[in-house]
Amino acid sequence: MAESPFWDDVEVGLELPAVVKRPSTRQLVKYAGASGDFYEVHYDKEFAVDIGLPGLIVHGALKNAYLAQVVTDWMGADGVLRKLSVRYRGTDVPNDDLTCSGRVTKVYEQGGAHLVDCALTLINSQGEQTTTGTATVQLPARAG
Amino acid sequence: MTQDKSLSPEARRALMERDIPPAVMPVERGHVRRFAEAIGDGSERWTDTAPPTFLRAMLSELPSAPELEAFPQMLDGGSDWEYGAPVTVGDTITGVTRFASVNQRNIGVGPAVFLQIETRYTNQQGEWVATQKNTLIRY
Repeated sequence: MAESPFWDDVEVGLELPAVVKRPSTRQLVKYAGASGDFYEVHYDKEFAVDIGLPGLIVHGALKNAYLAQVVTDWMGADGVLRKLSVRYRGTDVPNDDLTCSGRVTKVYEQGGAHLVDCALTLINSQGEQTTTGTATVQLPARAG
Repeated sequence: MTQDKSLSPEARRALMERDIPPAVMPVERGHVRRFAEAIGDGSERWTDTAPPTFLRAMLSELPSAPELEAFPQMLDGGSDWEYGAPVTVGDTITGVTRFASVNQRNIGVGPAVFLQIETRYTNQQGEWVATQKNTLIRY
C-alpha cells in the first residue's frame, strides 16, 4: 500500500492519479454476485432492450467503487475516508474505458482533524462525464 | 404509455412510515475478497478491511414497496456515504433502513418517484460504522 501524503504538502488543484477501468460483462456478473444487485439490466440484454435501454449498463454502485478507489489508492495506509458522494448523470456500457480521476478542492482542519476535499469524475471513451462525486479524506500531518 | 400514473399522498405516507426490519450481516473474509475482485481493486488494504462501498451488499433486497407497483423500472441516482469506525473481517454489521424522502417528479419518460433510502450501519459493539443515503428513481 502506498505511503500517505502529508496533509501539509497537499495543495488545492492537486490531481489524484487517475484509474482507468474497462468492465467486461463478466465483471458485471461478478459484481452482481458480490454485491447482491441482481437487477437484470446488468446481465440480461433482452431485458435491458425491452425496457428501452440501448443494451447492458454498468452498475452505478460499481462506478461508485471505482471513484472510491481513486481516493483510497492516493490516501495510502494512514489516510481515512470520511465521506464519499456520487451522482450518476448518465449510463455506461460494458467494454468501454472509464477514466476515473480526482482533484483536491479544499485543504482544512476541523475538530483537530486534517482534512482534504476532492472532486471526482468518471469520463467514458466518448468524453461524457457520466458520474461525478466528492470525497473527504483525513490525512496525517507533519509533527510540530 | 401510462403518463397519468401517480403516487397518492396515502401511499407516500405509508412508505415514509414503513417499519423495515434491520439487516444483519457477518463480514466474511471470502466475501470481502470477492467484492474487492468484483470492483477490480487489488489493494492489500482489502484483506482485513472492507472496501468503502462493501456495505452496499447488505441492501441486496430493497425494502418492499408495493405502493410503487405502477413504477416498475428503476434507476440508481447516486449515493452519499459517511464513515465512522472501519468495517473489518469478523465484524457483524447491522443496517437500519428507512425511506428518508419520497417525491414524485416528471422525468423524460413520464412521472417518476424519487426515493431517498437511508441506512445506518453499526457493528457488534454498537459503534457507528457508516451511513448511506441512496437515491433511487422509480418510473
